[in-house]
Amino acid sequence: MAAVVKIEEIHKIYDSGEIPVHAVRGVSIEIHRGEFVALMGASGSGKSTLMNLLGCLDRPTRGRYLLDGIDVSQLDRNELADIRNQKIGFVFQGFNLLARTTALENTELPMMYGQQRHSARDMRQRALHSLEIVGLSDRADHFPNQLSGGQQQRVAIARALANDPEILLADEPTGNLDSKTSVEVMGVFQKLNEQGITIVMVTHELDIARYCKRNLILRDGRLVRDELVPDRLNADVEMKKLKDAEAAAKLTSG
Amino acid sequence: MRVFNTIKVALRALRRNTMRSILTALGIIIGVAAVIAMVSIGNGAKAQVEAQVASLGENVITVFPGSFNAGGMRSGWGSASTLTVDDADGIKREIPNVVGVTAEMRDRAQVLANGLNWNTQIMGESPDYPSIRSWPIGDGAMFTDQDVRSVAKVAIIGKTVADQLFPDGNVIGQTIRIRNIPFKIVGMLAAKGFNLFGQDQDDTVVIPYTSHMKRVARRPNINSILVQAASAEAIDKVQQDITDLLMQRRKGREQDFTVRNQVELAQAATATSQTMTLLLGAIAGVSLIVGGIGIMNIMLVSVTERTREIGIRLAVGAHGRDVLLQFLIEAVILSSLGGIIGIVLGVGASELVSMKTGWPILVSPASVIVAVVFSAAVGMFFGFYPARKAAQLDPIEALRYE
Repeated sequence: MAAVVKIEEIHKIYDSGEIPVHAVRGVSIEIHRGEFVALMGASGSGKSTLMNLLGCLDRPTRGRYLLDGIDVSQLDRNELADIRNQKIGFVFQGFNLLARTTALENTELPMMYGQQRHSARDMRQRALHSLEIVGLSDRADHFPNQLSGGQQQRVAIARALANDPEILLADEPTGNLDSKTSVEVMGVFQKLNEQGITIVMVTHELDIARYCKRNLILRDGRLVRDELVPDRLNADVEMKKLKDAEAAAKLTSG
Repeated sequence: MRVFNTIKVALRALRRNTMRSILTALGIIIGVAAVIAMVSIGNGAKAQVEAQVASLGENVITVFPGSFNAGGMRSGWGSASTLTVDDADGIKREIPNVVGVTAEMRDRAQVLANGLNWNTQIMGESPDYPSIRSWPIGDGAMFTDQDVRSVAKVAIIGKTVADQLFPDGNVIGQTIRIRNIPFKIVGMLAAKGFNLFGQDQDDTVVIPYTSHMKRVARRPNINSILVQAASAEAIDKVQQDITDLLMQRRKGREQDFTVRNQVELAQAATATSQTMTLLLGAIAGVSLIVGGIGIMNIMLVSVTERTREIGIRLAVGAHGRDVLLQFLIEAVILSSLGGIIGIVLGVGASELVSMKTGWPILVSPASVIVAVVFSAAVGMFFGFYPARKAAQLDPIEALRYE
C-alpha cells in the first residue's frame, strides 16, 4: 500500500534572523492510509515546523516530500494552495472559524476555492453532510459565538472534511478545550479514523496522544521515537468513565 | 474562474459588517452627491445665461459708435456719435447674408396717457426689430417701412408700460404722449422678462427711428446698428464685411466704431458660470477623493483585523489572487453602491435646491456617468493597495496573528 505521506531526510532552516535556525534536521517518516498519528515534542522540538511542512504551508529547505505520490517540495505558492485545498484538511488549536459566519458557511469555505465548480446547492449539501458526520447538522445555521468550544472544533473538523482530503492535519486540536470536551473531540477523530480517514495530530499532552494509534516523538528537530500505542484509549469508554465520575461527585456532594 | 464565488464571499463579508460598510460608503455617497448637485446647479446657471443671451436675438451683430478724440483726450466706446442712418442703409443694401438691419435710437422720456404718466425707455427702431430680437408682437402689428419713411407718430409698447398706463387693458388704438407729442399705439410686444443684467425688457416703447430722431431725441446720429446675419456660419464674414464697408465709407479716417457679435457676448456671459461650475465641481471632486481615502483606510483596517480570516482562507486553498480579488471587489462594491446612492441623493438635492431657490437645474447624463465610473475607479484605486497587502500575507504568519 502506497504511503499517503512520505518525507525523506527533510530539513528546514530559517535564516531570517542573525543566526540561522535549524528547526528540522533530517526527518524521514512514512504514514500510510488509515493511520492515526500523534506528533509529540516539547516546545522548540520542531513539531510545529514539521506540521507546517506536512500541511504544505511551508516548503522544506532540503529533502523530499511526497504527498499522495506527488512531490510537493518544489511547488510554488499557488500550486501548494491547490494541494492544500484538495488533499489536506486542517484543524487548528484556536478553531479558526470565520466570525459572524454560520457553521454551514464555514464548512463550505474549502469548496469555494476548489478546482472544480460546485453549484450553491451542491456545496450546501456537501457541507451539511460534513456537519452530519461530526454530529452538528442541527446547528448548521448557528454562528460560532453561539456554539460551545467543542462544537466549534467539530465545525472546524467538518470544514476540514468538506473536500474529502487524503489526510486530516490537526494542530493541538484539544489545546483550548477542557478535559471532557477534549475527550469528545478525540471521539470524533477516532470515529473518523475508523471510517478510514488518515489523521496526523500535533499534541504535547500524553494522555491525548494515547487516543492515537502511533506516536512520533521529536526532539531538537530529530525524530527520536516512533512507536505504536500499546494501551490505546477509547473515547467512548473514557467519556462513560467521566460521566460516571461526575454522577458520583454529585451523589457524594448531594 | 472562481470570480462568482469570490463575489459571494465579498458580499458576505460586507454583510457581516453592515454598519461599517454603510459608513465607509458614506464618504463616496457624499462625494458623488456633491459632484452631481454642484454640476447640475452650475449647468442650470449656464443654461439660464445662454437662454438670456439667446433672447437678445439670433445671429445678431451690433455696431457701436467709437470713441471720440477731442484734442488728444480720448473717450470710451460709444461716447461719440459717429454712426448714421446712411451707415445702416449701406449695410442693408450692400452686404450679403444679412436678413435684418435696424438703426437704433435710445432715450428715456416721460410718457403720458390715460391721465397717468411713466418714465420709460424710448427706442427708435426699424420694422426688422422684432425679428432681429426674436421678440414677437403679442397684440396688434409692427409699424411698417412706410411709417419709417413718413416719420409716423406710431408706437409699439412693452408689457410693463401697458400695465402702468392702461391698467384696464385695451391698449391698441390708444394714444400716448412722448415729450408731449401724441403717438398712436399700433401694437404691443409679447412679454420678455428680465435681461442678463436684471433690467426689465418689457419697460419700453418702440417707435420708428426716424420719428425718434426728428420728434423725440432730435439728434442726427444713431446710437447703434443691429444686424442679423442669415446663419451662425455667416456671422464672421458679415462682421468683417460690415467693418470693411464702414471703413470704406469713412475714407481713410481712423476707425470710429466697433463691431461685436453675439457669440462674443455669450462667451463673456457664460465664462463666469463656467468658472463657477468648474470650481464647485472641483470642490466636490475633492470630497470624492476624500471618500476614496476613507475606503482605503477602512480596507486597511479591515485587512489587519481580518488577518486571521485571510490566513484561514489561504490555508484551505485560496490563491493570493482570490484574496486580492475579494478585497478589491469589496472596495468596488462599496464605492459603486455609494456612487449609485450618491446619484439618487445628488439628483434629489438638486431638485430640492431648485424648488427652494427657483434656480434652474440641469442634471447632465455625462455627470452621472462620470460620477459612477469615477466612484468605481476610486474603489479600485484605493482598494488595490490594501487588497494586495492581504494577498501577500504568509498563511503561517496570518494564522498565528492575534
